Amino acid sequence: CSHINFLLIIFTFLSLLHGSRGKIPTQPTGGSVTILPPVNPDNAAQAYPDTVKENMPVFTMNYQRIQLPFEITLWVLLASFAKIGFHVYHKITIWVPESCLLISIGLIVGGIMHAVHEEPPAVLSRNVFFLYMLPPIVLWFAVVGTLWNSIGIGVSLFAICQIEAFGVQDINLQENLLFATIISAVDPVAVLSVFEDVSVNEQLYIVVFGECLFNDAVTVVLYNMFNFVALMPEVEPVDVFLGVGKFFVVGLGGMSFGILFGFVAAFTTRFTFKVREIEPLFIFMYSYLAYLVAELFNISSIMAIVSCALTMKYYVEENVSQRSCTTIRHVVKMLGSISETLIFFFLGVVTITTDHEWNWGYILFTLLFAFVWRGLGVLVLTQIINPFRTIPFNFKDQFGLAYGGLRGAISFALAFTLPENIVRKQLFVTATIAIILFTVFLQGISIRPLIEFINVRRTNRNLDTINVEIHCRLMEHTVAGIEDLCGQWSHFYWKDKFLKFNNRILRKILIRDNRAESSIVALYKRLELQNAMEILDNVSGDISTTPSIVSLYEEKKSSAKPKKKFLATDVKNMHDILSKNMYKIRQRTVSYTNKHALPNDSHSREILMRRHTTIRRTLRPGSFQSSMVPKSHKYFSLPAGKNLDTKFPPGRQSYTDDLETMPEVVYHSRPSRFGQPTRSSSKGMMPLRRLDTLTEAPSVNMLDESTGEERGRSGRGMFRTNSSSSDSHIPAPHRPFHSSVENDSSSAYNIRSGHHEVEEEEEQQQPPPPAWAATPRDNAAQNPLLRRPQWNPRKM
Amino acid sequence: AVGPKGIFRVIERSEQWSVGELEPEDFGAIRELSMNPIGDRIISAFFSPGKETVDFASFVRILAHFHPTETSRSRDGVQPEPANSRTRKLKFAFQLYDQDRDGKISREELLQVLRTMLEMQVTEEQLQSIAERAIQEADLDQDDAISFDEFRKVRGVDLIRDQIDNWEY
Repeated sequence: CSHINFLLIIFTFLSLLHGSRGKIPTQPTGGSVTILPPVNPDNAAQAYPDTVKENMPVFTMNYQRIQLPFEITLWVLLASFAKIGFHVYHKITIWVPESCLLISIGLIVGGIMHAVHEEPPAVLSRNVFFLYMLPPIVLWFAVVGTLWNSIGIGVSLFAICQIEAFGVQDINLQENLLFATIISAVDPVAVLSVFEDVSVNEQLYIVVFGECLFNDAVTVVLYNMFNFVALMPEVEPVDVFLGVGKFFVVGLGGMSFGILFGFVAAFTTRFTFKVREIEPLFIFMYSYLAYLVAELFNISSIMAIVSCALTMKYYVEENVSQRSCTTIRHVVKMLGSISETLIFFFLGVVTITTDHEWNWGYILFTLLFAFVWRGLGVLVLTQIINPFRTIPFNFKDQFGLAYGGLRGAISFALAFTLPENIVRKQLFVTATIAIILFTVFLQGISIRPLIEFINVRRTNRNLDTINVEIHCRLMEHTVAGIEDLCGQWSHFYWKDKFLKFNNRILRKILIRDNRAESSIVALYKRLELQNAMEILDNVSGDISTTPSIVSLYEEKKSSAKPKKKFLATDVKNMHDILSKNMYKIRQRTVSYTNKHALPNDSHSREILMRRHTTIRRTLRPGSFQSSMVPKSHKYFSLPAGKNLDTKFPPGRQSYTDDLETMPEVVYHSRPSRFGQPTRSSSKGMMPLRRLDTLTEAPSVNMLDESTGEERGRSGRGMFRTNSSSSDSHIPAPHRPFHSSVENDSSSAYNIRSGHHEVEEEEEQQQPPPPAWAATPRDNAAQNPLLRRPQWNPRKM
Repeated sequence: AVGPKGIFRVIERSEQWSVGELEPEDFGAIRELSMNPIGDRIISAFFSPGKETVDFASFVRILAHFHPTETSRSRDGVQPEPANSRTRKLKFAFQLYDQDRDGKISREELLQVLRTMLEMQVTEEQLQSIAERAIQEADLDQDDAISFDEFRKVRGVDLIRDQIDNWEY
């Protein structure tokens, strides 16, 4: 959703720009700042008494010049302040959706403005809306649900209109339908956040999510259609038929355009490895281009953007650097957030400042019908598709779905841009605002307790395990095989075919460094990554008692009680496993710690590590480097404390002492890792920084190069630049280390796993766990790189 | 479900059928099946251990696993469990792993399956890791293998069941 949201902000700006060219609007800025009244150019010149003189004025003020951007900026700042404001008191945001709060603030500001007789911001003209201001928000439920709602509400309202008592007889059917379309546009943003907090089951989440994506498209299409129809004096049956055809053309056309642009973008990014800084630009420009071209052909631009974004996400992600990914994601989130903020803010302001036309009957019935039809719609639609689904929507799901139909931004925008020649436009606007306010406040606040009360089925995603992935994959193959046997093909066959096509052809063309990755491996990586993060969370406390290295799998195993430290037996198991794999290394490190003669590399490695720790202190706990673990070192860190004690001389503990002084809590976990680099795992945990150039050019000196390139494994994409912090800080020690380590092994580099996704996942600052140096093993083992999680509601 | 139509197609595809028994090679004639990573396992699932051929009755019996699950199973234990019950389906899946039919999925068996499914995508060490993790997730009695009971109890096995239920087409 945020992918689409971000456009709103751009368009808000542009719309304001556009709108204000015509007239100079006065914009509200916040209580204390006064706005200059519409300024005529002469004012500035008259500001100073000595303008008569010819001398150069030393100090001038030209408000006129900056007025527009200035006011826009202040406006945005105000809304953002509001947002900061109510996050200060965290509890509020749990119960009251942000949209409510924003609207309230908007109401307040609007009230202020009204009191001082300021005008609201420039009204969006229709052109502006469709060219610049895209509704922020864009399958079965979305399309048909919206249709159902629109038509249902429209027809009911029309019926009501016939009743004389309400005095709205002049609204004909087309206009009613138009209005109905506007208010059936659901804005599930608030709902999604509630769902996520409550972790409802996936199906429900995905349906609502999909509705968010697609029903905006449907609504806008319908809106355009009905608009056109409403303006026509008469409607013939052939028009209706054409309308339906147009609907499909618009919808599917939009989607195909989007996918096309997505492919082009993916292809472009294949070659951008030399110009990484502008990669985000490509993404944004292609999205916008898709939108504009769709507008050119009058097909659904929202669908275009959505499908473009989805396509890009899949392919481009592998091509661009991690930094670009992070950038894109953050920018999109920021823009989306701003746009949401602004729209709701506007809503509040406009509510107070426009002239309303209130008609009790019409509005109340609108509310009623909106509810009724959505409920009915959900009911009917689920009944129809439930037989086709293995996990049927039960009643609770349906309730959540129906109740979660909050109206929001898009209805508001659409209502505002109704053409003027619709007679009862004001009534429509008022009714829309009424509905939005009602649903957002009432339903928005009450949905969370309700969902928890009726105990909607929760997701079992948290139980995601490697086992499940493997078994599911096996099943799929099995079924596909049986289908081949019988010559009957179902969707497994097509899915299989598509995947093969994807892997063989599409990916080769579109992705620069293509290594087909099984979903099992991807899942494994993701799980490892998650565990790494959990470890970071857990071991941030007392160093001495915490087992310095926690097995990843261990964490996973006790995921039911995430804070639990792992058991001795598990440790023993892990230890056995680790010892099997890490035998060689351990020998070396043990020998090192026992002060035997060290092979050169260990020694230098040790030195490097010490250097690293000091350097690390200056690192800010920025990006999470990677939870890449050397393959040999299967698990994040070494086995449990008891090994350490036995194996490591107290001298080693000085590491820990050193590091304890580190400011960030997280760093404390590091020391344990650092402390054990030698003994631990992987032969050295060395924050490795992988330069882009490294990945590209196989150079003999670069450790990872040879192994990395040979292996060709692990999503290359992941290998890219690490967190910024490590980048800047550890260039020098790296090289020598590399070359030294290179000598003893060709171990792989590991690390890096989705640096960015880690950030995303944790949503806090976590210093990257030390990148594990390539473990000096004979066959560079690489831990499967952790890849971006496939499903994560937050990330969009 | 795999109904009469499906069976007839199999008959069409296999020339040997008229002889009365099928051998593994006959299955191999089905091209797509041979391209399936676990095609050979599927094929061998049709053959009882030790037998080199499969007759029509046995073949159909195996295929019956793919019939829609009877949700209203009679639990009185009088009738033998029908082939398409959930348990039987899970058992079938289990046996895809457990080629030596010892009732457990050993690490080696798991590795083999992983190897065939992941083909060239991962290193040996990665495979080991994954297998390791899988076993440790499921292995409750710490015998380093997954028994059928442990298989059933795998967290998230509901997802597998959904997959199984999806077999009905």
